[in-house]
Amino acid sequence: MELFTEGDPIADTRAPAGPIDKRWETRRFEAKLVNPANRRKMTVIVVGTGLAGGSAAATLAEQGYHVRSYCYQDSPRRAHSIAAQGGINAAKNYRNDGDSVHRLFYDTVKGGDFRSRESNVHRLAEVSVNIIDQCVAQGVPFAREYGGLLDTRSFGGAQVQRTFYARGQTGQQLLLGAYQALERQIGLGNVEMNARHEMLELVVVDGKARGIVVRDLVTGEISTEMADAVVLASGGYGNVFYLSTNAKGCNVTATWRAHRKGAYFANPCYTQIHPTCIPVSGDHQSKLTLMSESLRNDGRVWVPKAKGDDRNPRDIPEDERDYYLERIYPSFGNLVPRDIASRAAKNVCDEGRGVGPTKLGVYLDFADAIDRLGRKAIEAKYGNLFEMYERITGEDPYEVPMRIYPAVHYTMGGLWVDYDLQSSIPGLFVIGEANFSDHGANRLGASALMQGLADGYFVLPTTIANYLASGPLEKVDASHPAAVEARADVEDRIQRLLAVNGDRTVDSFHRELGQIMWEHCGMERSDAGLRKAIGEIRALRDQFWQRVKVSGTGEELNQSLEKAGRVADFFELAELMCIDALHREESCGGHFRAEHQTPDGEAQRDDDRFAYVAAWEFTATGEPSVLHKEDLKFEYVHPTQRSYK
Amino acid sequence: MNLTLRIWRQKGPEDKGRMVTYPVDDVSPDMSFLEMLDVLNERLILAGEDPVAFDHDCREGICGMCGLMINGDAHGPQRGTTACQLHMRQFTDGETIDIEPWRASAFPVIKDLVVNRGALDKIIAAGGYITAPTGSAPEAHSTPVAKANADAAFESAACIGCGACVAACPNGSGMLFTAAKLTQLSLLPQGQPERYTRVIGMVDAHDEAGFGGCTNAGECTPACPKGIPLNTIGRLNRDYLQATAKGAGNTPGS
Repeated sequence: MELFTEGDPIADTRAPAGPIDKRWETRRFEAKLVNPANRRKMTVIVVGTGLAGGSAAATLAEQGYHVRSYCYQDSPRRAHSIAAQGGINAAKNYRNDGDSVHRLFYDTVKGGDFRSRESNVHRLAEVSVNIIDQCVAQGVPFAREYGGLLDTRSFGGAQVQRTFYARGQTGQQLLLGAYQALERQIGLGNVEMNARHEMLELVVVDGKARGIVVRDLVTGEISTEMADAVVLASGGYGNVFYLSTNAKGCNVTATWRAHRKGAYFANPCYTQIHPTCIPVSGDHQSKLTLMSESLRNDGRVWVPKAKGDDRNPRDIPEDERDYYLERIYPSFGNLVPRDIASRAAKNVCDEGRGVGPTKLGVYLDFADAIDRLGRKAIEAKYGNLFEMYERITGEDPYEVPMRIYPAVHYTMGGLWVDYDLQSSIPGLFVIGEANFSDHGANRLGASALMQGLADGYFVLPTTIANYLASGPLEKVDASHPAAVEARADVEDRIQRLLAVNGDRTVDSFHRELGQIMWEHCGMERSDAGLRKAIGEIRALRDQFWQRVKVSGTGEELNQSLEKAGRVADFFELAELMCIDALHREESCGGHFRAEHQTPDGEAQRDDDRFAYVAAWEFTATGEPSVLHKEDLKFEYVHPTQRSYK
Repeated sequence: MNLTLRIWRQKGPEDKGRMVTYPVDDVSPDMSFLEMLDVLNERLILAGEDPVAFDHDCREGICGMCGLMINGDAHGPQRGTTACQLHMRQFTDGETIDIEPWRASAFPVIKDLVVNRGALDKIIAAGGYITAPTGSAPEAHSTPVAKANADAAFESAACIGCGACVAACPNGSGMLFTAAKLTQLSLLPQGQPERYTRVIGMVDAHDEAGFGGCTNAGECTPACPKGIPLNTIGRLNRDYLQATAKGAGNTPGS
């Protein structure tokens, strides 16, 4: 059976023409506005309360719209943006080190291995400076210098210090800023907050997104909520790998359900494997923990020169160590982008030079930095990360080098959106990690927080008005046949999951799916491996629907049922990821195909054939998806072989 | 390791609830506490029993979603550590471990170990913010903040809103949580205009939500996984006193 068919190309028709630094200004001027008196009459649903969803819900409410916000956690403050550690990029050039909007734009397009849209990335860089202003005004306690001004540090893929941070908890502090702005609007009655609610279906009426079906996770009650527009800010899908740095609840359901209703899914195979995570310790492992990329500012990555050298790392003399990143990439050293650092770690472990009990690990060593700066200075910069490492591993990283290994961390793919962040379904907007837009095939460190807040605070509130101003939309309520059908589908699916009553738990299926994905659709992919994975995923999905055991009922708090629905969607996504990875016969960023590498093992792009966004259209369960290509044009940053040497 | 767990089981808000004993064998010392509960739940599901409901999400100690009373200690025996970051190497083979939900009148039990902490959000909605609508912000460097104040604000802002302070308090008071947010915002120049209305609003919301009063029992700080110091409550009290004296900060020039 063929795996996919090819349909008509698509294009982003929203980005204005003209000089790149004027496009966002032009779009803002050309976008239609909604009169403040009319905004009160319009309802916008926002799914997810992370940096993108929280900031969007707060800002839309400030503008006067009626907002309904949903999250599966018990409070909007707990969305997984909270776990981002290292920092947020902004082209402030406070360091006077040569930074500019254009340089951030350039670094991001290059870092993404020339697979992102120039217009979007430039806008991101422009807006980055406003984000820092906004967050400081909200009381986000960024790190400061003794003079009272903001401190910055370096991150991978850049030679300037443009990363603002709040110790190792930048995501937490930025999210709490957005959360507090959101709570203010909740208190004022402008946002109706629905915590412990999960979106299970999108309602599309006459081709437009008009509502969602949600399940109250406490009572199990299913309800249909209608609106003038729907915004998905439901994050990424890294948990398809089971083990990832995502929170346990992170899932693809909201975006996958929208995909099944007609929203194109773009570049699903672009997955970011983060180089610095704590290695897996055993089969019981339920998640992986990131050690911030900021550690690579002062930590040096190395493995023994000799294979199988299992001496205590402190007993291995300098000249028998291989500081391989510094050796291979002298100009960026330990601060090469994530995809490159991850692959290099895999390569040295494949050579048999890995360290630790599983041999799947490399050292991240702070001995030199402690000698140079003193233990106190290192404590001040990274104290909480060092403590976290010690709690998890039982080892003291001030005394012995950390052991790290790559892990799934972020997904660059997501629902396809145009320059207005609108999906292929009118009225459905997608922001933050849930969309595909700004990072190409590889995201630079400290750019996720920047994009989430750019989308939520500044971009969406402008562009959604253009859509809403084209109304008024016809009034529809939950009794519309499309809404009734969506709700019936949700109820039917829950009953089907509960009815199987088989002999395997949801987690056991999820773990097995994750192993297939990590093996064949992880750091290195090949034609044969991906084909094998597609077969295995289909077989396992059939097993899932015959053998899964979900306890309890649908009318109560039922965490096993919640997981079952999410894993069922991961199965469908996993297959599409493999098909996307299989069709992209080149290597770019986080997508590394074994067949396509340069003689020295770097990713070998094929711009003639693959300089496009792959946007997939759902047809029917089990039927081939349709591929729509959006050609990428590079007018300002000329694609070259990325070099960090 | 082989352990005996005694876990609070409660079907729903109306159920009385009880402790139920479960033996768990072959626990690895490298497992986290929640991974140990995962193992138990997998077994319960296959045996056709209802798994133990507990809240968790990030499992790296930052989201604040998990919260268990472990042998009577909020988040268990290790200081400065959430339940999700607690590892089984902190326990000994053959030990009996009691696991209960947060108990406080402001946190009604939903099921088993899951409680409703919505009251904490209500305190924030009543003033735990700086009014700075999107787009209105001045250039970030226009107001320097002394490093000592910025650092101290950060220490308070590190609160993860887990509710351990409430669970540990004999009065079920949410004062440490409330004071942490107030301290962060009152240490920053951006937080000054609303300083006194904020403290009145948040303390009123705290009381209305059913939290108990603070009697300086001091149980909260040792239970706090982020080590928010007790003297933040002193700062709250000082601001509250000044606010009441000044008529909630509405007097010009005050």
